[in-house]
Amino acid sequence: MSDTFNEGITCEFLDDCDIVWDRPDSLLDTRLHYCPGCGHSVVHRLLMEVVDELGIRDRTIGIAPVGCSVFAYNYLNIDMQQAAHGRATAVATGIKRVRPDRIVFTYQGDGDLAAIGTGETIHTVNRGENIVIIFINNGIYGMTGGQMAPTTLPGVKTSTTTSGRDVSIHGHPLKIAEMLALLPGAYYVTRTSVISANHVRKTKKALLKAFKYQMEGKGGVSFVEVVSNCPAGWKMTPVDSNKWLETNVFDNFPLGDIKLPVKD
Amino acid sequence: MAKIKGHISINIDNCKGCELCIVECPQDSLKMSEHINTQGYHYAVLVQDNCTGCTNCALVCPEAIITVYRESKNKTKKERVAVITNVTENITVNVS
Ligand SMILES: Cc1ncc(C[n+]2csc(CCOP(=O)(O)OP(=O)(O)O)c2C)c(N)n1
Ligand code: SF4
Ligand code: SF4
Repeated sequence: MSDTFNEGITCEFLDDCDIVWDRPDSLLDTRLHYCPGCGHSVVHRLLMEVVDELGIRDRTIGIAPVGCSVFAYNYLNIDMQQAAHGRATAVATGIKRVRPDRIVFTYQGDGDLAAIGTGETIHTVNRGENIVIIFINNGIYGMTGGQMAPTTLPGVKTSTTTSGRDVSIHGHPLKIAEMLALLPGAYYVTRTSVISANHVRKTKKALLKAFKYQMEGKGGVSFVEVVSNCPAGWKMTPVDSNKWLETNVFDNFPLGDIKLPVKD
Repeated sequence: MAKIKGHISINIDNCKGCELCIVECPQDSLKMSEHINTQGYHYAVLVQDNCTGCTNCALVCPEAIITVYRESKNKTKKERVAVITNVTENITVNVS
């Protein structure tokens, strides 16, 4: 074989190969609308991998937020409901209480969950609803053009903090996961990311755990925060945005379990 | 020629050129094409035959468009096929 390749190379023994990774069945075969390299897309896929692995496609109900992931129902081949801005956990509460046999999760950004929806979030966790909350913390309002979020780091320039977030004016980055972990209704609280293959594997494990806890009817909220990127809002390439996460954001939002279930 | 143990195929028309797979591949098997796809993005292509089928590229791919293959352990000698990847639809041709 020549050592110059043009448009990709061919494999002569694909017949002797096993497929070791393929798109999950529950992720609809359509293009996602997210910007190139956006973590939302990765988490959507992981969710559907988990739903397929647990075999719960026909009894899972997801709640889409307001934010870039408002159209999540276009990609996830499960029952979905879209909630008003910040109200996803309240809608999830209603659905789970009426249909306790269903596996219910919300999928929310930081503007949705930790700004306009802070009240709903805190009270849902405080009531210990048996649901999964997936929290995409990308430190900005992506959908509306990159305004400061409660999670924006000090000094970071956004369209509403043009000289950088000043904590004396705008307050400090809100660590809502740590706050929620203090509530007795929080069963499992963890923080992960999707910046590399290993981080993706860990996030999938966390999601699997969260869904299993709900299926076992443990009682209490399983909360998975994914510290993610917003290349468009941060005005960075996807590769640079992931590097920036690693060098700046992880110090402020450390990865790992924040609250583990108490062994009974 | 290095012994190929793994292989990937990419649905190039859905690639948005984020380049996350390129930096994630431990084998440097991928690069960006100089051409653009129907969406107007440069797309990732496999350019070396040293893929180990580790799945790293597929795991970080936001568009979920990479399929990863690994050589079967219990290989049965089947007819040989050539698969032309990185076109809109993979084409499989019998060569034996
Ligand atoms: C009641 C109400 N207030 C404000 C808005 C405008 N709005 C839409 S999305 C959004 C913020 C979304 O940010 P985030 O939750 O971080 O999601 P992202 O887009 O970053 O994924 C805002 C303020 C709205 N749609 N409804
Ligand atoms: S604006 Fe940001 S969060 Fe929204 S799709 Fe684009 S990169 Fe993702
Ligand atoms: S499967 Fe692993 S070795 Fe093969 S192209 Fe993808 S990242 Fe590289």
